Amino acid sequence: MDDMYREAIIEHYKNPGYHGVLEPADISFEDNNPLCGDHLRIDLRIDAGGCITEAAFSGHGCAISQASADMLLGSIIGKPLDEVKKMNKQDILDLIGIELGPVRLKCALLSLKVLKSAAYGIHQGESVELDLD
Amino acid sequence: MNEITRIRSDFPILQREIKPGVPLIYLDSAATSQKPSLVLDSMSEYYARHNANIHRGVHTLAEEATELYEAARGKISKFIHARSHTEVIYTRNTTEAINLVAYSWGRKFLKPGDIVLLTEMEHHSNLVPWHILRDSIGIELKFIPVTADGLLDMAEYEKLLQLEPKLVSFTHASNVLGTINPVQEMARSAHRAGALVLVDGAQSVPHFSVDVQQLDVDFYAFSAHKMLGPTGIGALYGKRELLEKMQPFMGGGDMIREVRLEGFTANELPYKFEAGTPAIAEAVGFGSAVDYLTQIGMDAIHQHELEITKYAYSLLMNLPGVTLFGHEKQKRGGVIAFEVAGIHPHDVAQLLDSDGIAVRAGHHCAMPLHQKFGIPATTRASFYMYTEKSEIDKLILGLKKVQKLFG
Repeated sequence: MDDMYREAIIEHYKNPGYHGVLEPADISFEDNNPLCGDHLRIDLRIDAGGCITEAAFSGHGCAISQASADMLLGSIIGKPLDEVKKMNKQDILDLIGIELGPVRLKCALLSLKVLKSAAYGIHQGESVELDLD
Repeated sequence: MNEITRIRSDFPILQREIKPGVPLIYLDSAATSQKPSLVLDSMSEYYARHNANIHRGVHTLAEEATELYEAARGKISKFIHARSHTEVIYTRNTTEAINLVAYSWGRKFLKPGDIVLLTEMEHHSNLVPWHILRDSIGIELKFIPVTADGLLDMAEYEKLLQLEPKLVSFTHASNVLGTINPVQEMARSAHRAGALVLVDGAQSVPHFSVDVQQLDVDFYAFSAHKMLGPTGIGALYGKRELLEKMQPFMGGGDMIREVRLEGFTANELPYKFEAGTPAIAEAVGFGSAVDYLTQIGMDAIHQHELEITKYAYSLLMNLPGVTLFGHEKQKRGGVIAFEVAGIHPHDVAQLLDSDGIAVRAGHHCAMPLHQKFGIPATTRASFYMYTEKSEIDKLILGLKKVQKLFG
């Protein structure tokens, strides 16, 4: 029906590997996409060397936002937080492997926005301009 | 050629394909309507032959432009049955019209602690101007609740009126639930309680005949772009005696009678509220939209929409996994918001788009209403005079395909 909904997207949406909540987590951050009413929370556990050992996402959203969150978390396990800070839009697009228009791009980037906010140690409610490009 | 085919042939965009072999099925008229050639041509004709600034030049073009701009106001005034064209103020849209009342009436006549009564089914445009006013002058906001089947709770409304609100502001027709509110009764009760009445007519004026005198409302706001006209222009109707007492909205050219370095005297109605060079071509297009609607007939349009909505409702209702919002039996406006189990509205809308079907997904600028029903977002199909039953059939087929993909 549409290339945007290639099988991998639907599969990650229906059977996500990283869906859930880490209690307690070392870092948690959550945010909304006001346009769609999507809500995403990401929890991370970090080892002594500053590497991500566990990650989970929760909340609700469309297939694009949920699948990209799942793929993103799958790609960062074992990586140092500093590396996550350098991730950008292209990394997400490479992960999900589809072209997105300006509206749906926001859905795909919500997880990156939340993850980077967590990596930078931004406090909930604090407004910081993140560079995602 | 039957009536609907003839109507559709007046709208150039309805002939386009979204991609080769996939015609546009436009089910998003509640967001904005499509425009007939009559409207498009009148605007391009205006720029090609009459373009000038209004109300100032004495040359031929300025005279013609002024005449066209004011003639359109006259048509709009007649269309909503205002007493006089001086009671019709051009604004950018419904939102600006409501903001105008909040600013020009609210800041002059409301005091800290005064109550403005709204409803839970309002569009953000009839919530946020009042939030802003509350935050700056300390009024209090109360809300008429929405019942589980999507109607305003009238018993609760009568109780809230005992608090003696100064203004009751509510939508004529809900852009999510399709509910058509009993404006005349509600206005009567409000007036009895000493309150003024502002009605958001964005989803009503385009779809059925509205008579502001019969409804006896004090203010009525609507947008051209939802009623076949261009974006960037709308109107506020207000009772003359109220408009006269209100303070101006924006300051600048055209809204003044006299300016000295020390101050100004405001112009007469309706110019008092129209500062700066307005959207002249858009006003002309607005007038042509009214001409087109009048020519088709508002009763015929309403009948067609009732029929289409009933047809769509019954088919959607029988789709497994689809939940509809709003009241089933009441005569509803041509919008149906629904949820498809397990599939986010954005995915539904995106997939329907690949079949050329345009629907809206999200909270439709009514977040509090969605919060009330405990859902983040819905998919909304909305209809107009040019919607055909075959398009509804394609929507249903499209939804079945979406469900299969996610199945």
